Formats: sequence, structure tokens, C-alpha cells
Amino acid sequence: MAAEGAGHHGPMEQFEIRNIFHLDLFGHDISFTNSSLMMVVALALISGFMIFAMRGRSLVPSRVQSLAEIAYEYVAGMVKENLGEEGMKFFPWVFSIFIFILILNLVGLIPGNFTVTSHIIVTFALAAMVWLVATFIGFWTHGLGYLKLFVPEGVPVWLMPVIIPIELISYFIRPISHSVRLFANMMAGHTMLEVFAGFAVMLPWWGKIAPAGFMVAFTGLEFLVAFLQALIFTVLTCIYLNDAVHMHH
Amino acid sequence: MFAGTTMLLAVAAEAAEEAAQSGGLPQLNPHHFTPQLFWLAVTFVALLFVMSKIALPRVADVIEERRDRIKRDLDAASRLKDETDKALADYEKALADARANASGIAKQTREKLAAETEAERQRVDTQITAKLKEADARIAATKSKALSAIGDIATETARAVVEKLIAQDVPAEDVKKVLRPLAGE
Amino acid sequence: MELAAAKMIGAGLACSALIGAGVGIGNIFGNYLSGAMRNPSAAPGQFTNLLIGFALAEATGLFGLLIALIILYG
Repeated sequence: MAAEGAGHHGPMEQFEIRNIFHLDLFGHDISFTNSSLMMVVALALISGFMIFAMRGRSLVPSRVQSLAEIAYEYVAGMVKENLGEEGMKFFPWVFSIFIFILILNLVGLIPGNFTVTSHIIVTFALAAMVWLVATFIGFWTHGLGYLKLFVPEGVPVWLMPVIIPIELISYFIRPISHSVRLFANMMAGHTMLEVFAGFAVMLPWWGKIAPAGFMVAFTGLEFLVAFLQALIFTVLTCIYLNDAVHMHH
Repeated sequence: MFAGTTMLLAVAAEAAEEAAQSGGLPQLNPHHFTPQLFWLAVTFVALLFVMSKIALPRVADVIEERRDRIKRDLDAASRLKDETDKALADYEKALADARANASGIAKQTREKLAAETEAERQRVDTQITAKLKEADARIAATKSKALSAIGDIATETARAVVEKLIAQDVPAEDVKKVLRPLAGE
Repeated sequence: MELAAAKMIGAGLACSALIGAGVGIGNIFGNYLSGAMRNPSAAPGQFTNLLIGFALAEATGLFGLLIALIILYG
């Protein structure tokens, strides 16, 4: 199961990227892969659901419309709580992040599907986008005063040479921790599922029940983790944006 | 630092590439970076566009409209409630006034009736006193008349008796002359 | 020692980061429970913070697990 060669199905094989169409852009490979397929499926699901749910546009919502409204209100509540009423201009972006990650996580849980967010490059791209946008907004709003973020108030001068590097490092670690959190959760979860599925397949008849039962429970947990990780990613996005827009730490 | 991170990732990726090619972690295989990044960018921008231009404004409109409608209904309800309260207060006040009035009127009427009754009583009293006096006078007159009549009756009776006794008519003045000193006039 | 054996040992050692994750998560939920027992009406207001704290504590443990997996399969 470990670093074995090609014949044996390891738990890492589920993360392989397989090409569906091969495409090239100026010599760069931009093939349409299983990962891209899942992204497009997520996009279609989200757009389709949101537009379909609001078709009735009734004041007394149907169940489907309720669902869309609940998602909207939940993320809007999060944005307003962390960024205040003026933060609603960031709302479509934050909502897109939340719903995209959520649907990608959930779609990956369907047996046989590929989990897009289990690739570090995807989560790192999203976290880097958040970090870059927050830094840009910070400098745009406060100019060079944004650098005061690394100099918290009430710190005596002789402590500064210690505090400032710590603050700097923790600021630059943000995209890494932000992305690795989501990536590690997804990869660990799916690896566990695959390992226990392997047990259930390999063991004789008297040993199949326990891994299978564990997998059922663990899949339930993975649904919770999928939702939770999307939530955490979004909450931290709001917090980082808040640090950039209103600088009181 | 972002450049440094990317460089670090690239170096690690290159180092891991040999191992990765031989069945290691697919996540660290740099071959797959560009397609994933490209399609992530494409789908995320498309999603952002759809959300911000189409889907989210619709939801926002419905929620806003519902909130406005509820607010309008609540305002109307509270306004009507205020009017009801005011009407109730007015009614209560009118009732209290009327009650106060009623007790005043009752008192007034009682006093008036009492005064009238008193006047009537006094009038009747006066009448009765007058009647009593008149009756007293009549009784006195009758009494004196009766007393004076007694003398005549006594005279007559004495005369009748004497006549019977002496079988002779006796004139009334003679009897009177005799009786007068006995009467003690 | 062979590379494969060393990798196994290294991966096993890297998993010890999950001890911290377990302690941290237990701490968070324990504190939330004791607070909720004392003040049940305030508990739902803090539920979001509970989930955030749980995810952040889990994350550090999973960083260690990640290193283990990279050693094992990378």
C-alpha cells in the first residue's frame, strides 16, 4: 500500500489527474482533465441551482428557494459580522468562494468522483487569491499605513525587534496555512476512506463488516468536514479582509 | 515573499518530480499544475460573474422586498394599534366623565328631592297644627257647651224627679235656684 | 537502514503531531460544554466560534499528518 510500484492500487491513486481532452495554449498544457471536469460540474450545479431556485421569486418561498436564501443569508451574516455593512461589496466574491469550495468538497464525496480541493495547487491558488486581494485592499485603503499591521499597539519599543518578525512571518504564513488546512483535510479524509475501503476489500468475510461500518460513519464525518472546511475558509477570508479594511488588530 | 514561496514550491516540486513520477504524490507533480490553474481560473471567474450579475441580485431583491413588505405591514399594524389605543382611551375617559357626571346629578337630585320633601313636610306640619288647634277649639266649645248643657240636664232631671216625688210641676227657675249653689259656680 | 524503512519510521513519527490536535480539540469542546452547562441560553451564540476553533486546532494536527503522507508517498 505504501510507496509501491504501478500494479497495486495505492490510496494515492484517487488523486491522479487524468486527461480527458488534450489542449495547448502557447505551448502550455491546459488539457481538460478530470479535475477540470469536476470544476465545470460544480459551476453548472451552483449556477443551475441558484437560478432555478429563484425562478419563482415568491415572497413566501418554496423549499428550493428557501435553500438558496438560507445560503445567501448565512454568508451575508458572516460578512456583515466580520466586515460590517460596508463589507457587502465583497459579498459576491466571498459567496462564490464559499459555495465553490463547498460544492467541490461535496461532489468529491460521491464515490468515484475526483476531489478538486485535494490538490494543493488548487487550494493554494484560492488562498493566494484571498491573500493578494486582502493585501491589495489593505494598501489601497490605508496606503503605507497598512504596514502598521505588523506593529501592534501597546508594545514597548525594546520588544519590537522580536514582535515585528513574528508578525511578519505569521502574515506571510497565512496563504500557506489557509490552503494547507483545506488541502490536508480533504486529502487525509479521502485517503482514510480509500485505506478502509481497501481493508474491506482485502479482508476475508469475517473481517469485512468492521471497515465497512467504519466507512459509513466516516463518510458522515466527511460530509461535516466538507461543510466545515468551506465555512472555515470563508470565515478566515472575512477575517483577513477585516484586518485589511479596518486595521485594529 | 510570495515569489519566495513559489520558488520554494517549485524547487520542492522539482525535487519530488522524480519520486512523484514513480508513483508518488500526484499533488506534487508539477506537470498537472498549469491545467488545474487554468481551469480553476476559468471556472471561478465564470462563477463570480454568474453569481454577482445574475443569481445573487435576485436573491437579494426577494429578501429585500420581503423585508420591506413586513416592515410596511408592521408599521401599518402599529399605527392601527395606536389608533385603537387612543380610541379606547377616549372611550374610557368619556365613561369616567359620564360616571362622575351621573353621581353629581344623583346627588343634586337627592338634595332637591330632600328639600322638596322637607318643604312638603313643613307645610303638612303647619296644616296639622292648624287642624289640631281648630279641633282643640271645637272640643273646648263642645265641652263648654256640654258643661253648660249639664246644668240644664241636671235641672230637668231634678225637676222630673221632684215631679215624680211630689207629683207636682215645679218651675225650672226654682230648681235652678236650688242647684246653683250645689254646682258651686 | 534502508530508505523505505526510514520513510516508514519518519512517517510514524510525524503522526505524533496529532497528539496536539487531539488535546486541542478536546480542550475546545470541553470548555464549550462546561460553558454551555453553566449558561445554556448563551451556548448557540458561540456555536460558530466553536466550529472555527475546532477547525483551526484540527488544522495544525493535519499539517503533521500531511508531512507523514508526503514522506510516505512523495
